[in-house]
Amino acid sequence: MSYYFVIIGTKDNPLFEHEFGTYRQGGDGISRFREDTRHMNQFVAHASLDILEEVQWAGGQMYLKTIDRYPPTGSTISAFITAANAKFLLLHQPNNISTTSNPSSLTANRNAPTSTTPAATDEAIKNFFNDVYDSWVKTIMNPFWRVDTPVRSPVFRSRVAASAKKYL
Amino acid sequence: MNPAPPAHAHAPSLKTPLTTAQQQQQLAAGRNVSPSPGLRYPSNKKTIYDRNLSRSKNAELSRAAFGYLFVEMIGYAQRRVRGVADLEKRLNAQGYPLGLKLLDLLLTRSPLPSTSPSLRPTRILPLLQFITTTLWKHLFGRPADALERSAANADEYMISDNEPLVNTYISVPREMSQLNCAAYVAGVIEGVCDGAGFATRGVSAHWVGEGGGEGGKGMWPGKTVFLIRFADEVLEREEILGKNG
Repeated sequence: MSYYFVIIGTKDNPLFEHEFGTYRQGGDGISRFREDTRHMNQFVAHASLDILEEVQWAGGQMYLKTIDRYPPTGSTISAFITAANAKFLLLHQPNNISTTSNPSSLTANRNAPTSTTPAATDEAIKNFFNDVYDSWVKTIMNPFWRVDTPVRSPVFRSRVAASAKKYL
Repeated sequence: MNPAPPAHAHAPSLKTPLTTAQQQQQLAAGRNVSPSPGLRYPSNKKTIYDRNLSRSKNAELSRAAFGYLFVEMIGYAQRRVRGVADLEKRLNAQGYPLGLKLLDLLLTRSPLPSTSPSLRPTRILPLLQFITTTLWKHLFGRPADALERSAANADEYMISDNEPLVNTYISVPREMSQLNCAAYVAGVIEGVCDGAGFATRGVSAHWVGEGGGEGGKGMWPGKTVFLIRFADEVLEREEILGKNG
């Protein structure tokens, strides 16, 4: 799996971006998006905002689960919305190419059906979002932070990376 | 490093320890102080990210400290303002960011620490209840005294506080009798509403001293009403959600 994570402000402007790969099944945490479609990630993620804005009023949940798919690249988008309407989007794309070329794919594939059931993935993404939300609230508690300004803190980035490593 | 020419054996041997020491220094500095230039850590090496969000014990502020700070804030807002309305607008603007922050913080501090954050308010009533109970208790240690909907205008809601804490130590001069420094709290309310996606046409604080007049003999001479006017699109959405739910 390769992941593209973005935080979007209330004016639909990106505040923070992070790209990473899975750490499960011997993954090294490096994203392996197909080069020919990689530039589409931002576009695909932002295209889901319309759906998000409809879904957000249906219930008070912050974690909105999977809200959109982009079949040409097999991408799925999960979303999380904070109380103050900052949106977390996570685009995830299974990378078939790299797993077949991986020598350890035989063992990985055997484990795959049990460890990546939709429910388990869903739970992992939920935990990831909750963990990032914790760091996010700490960021906005900063008295010098203004709404809809990009987050440049290297500490925040390392926190997000740590959450990714822990859950995804 | 190692294959140094033997002719200059002395020079490298003098030089290398110095450079490695420098490198070590730089490394140590990089590890402990700053991963990137320009970022400064507090002396105890703890950033804002190392603090616990739910720690609310001993977090209460003394009234004296608050009173002093608030007076300074009013003094700051009062510089170069043209009138009472302008001053209240500035106090409102000072409170606004606080509302945005408290909305997220208070929802994160759900009653059970192990559960995920509470639900976002998606309707007007839960939002106002959040303000009058959770927010009020956090700021002033008690819930607000009343929450009403205006009979005349459907988009107006009123939160009343019999004795606003922010006005406790403030005596308004006679020539500015219209001024209510609870405009700061109104700003906080506006921040919460706006942040949650409920745009307002302004939140304002008004005096409604009971049995007022010259004597001010009413039970609550300092009673203040916060008037919240929601924008049209909020009411429209509320109507649609009401039909579906």
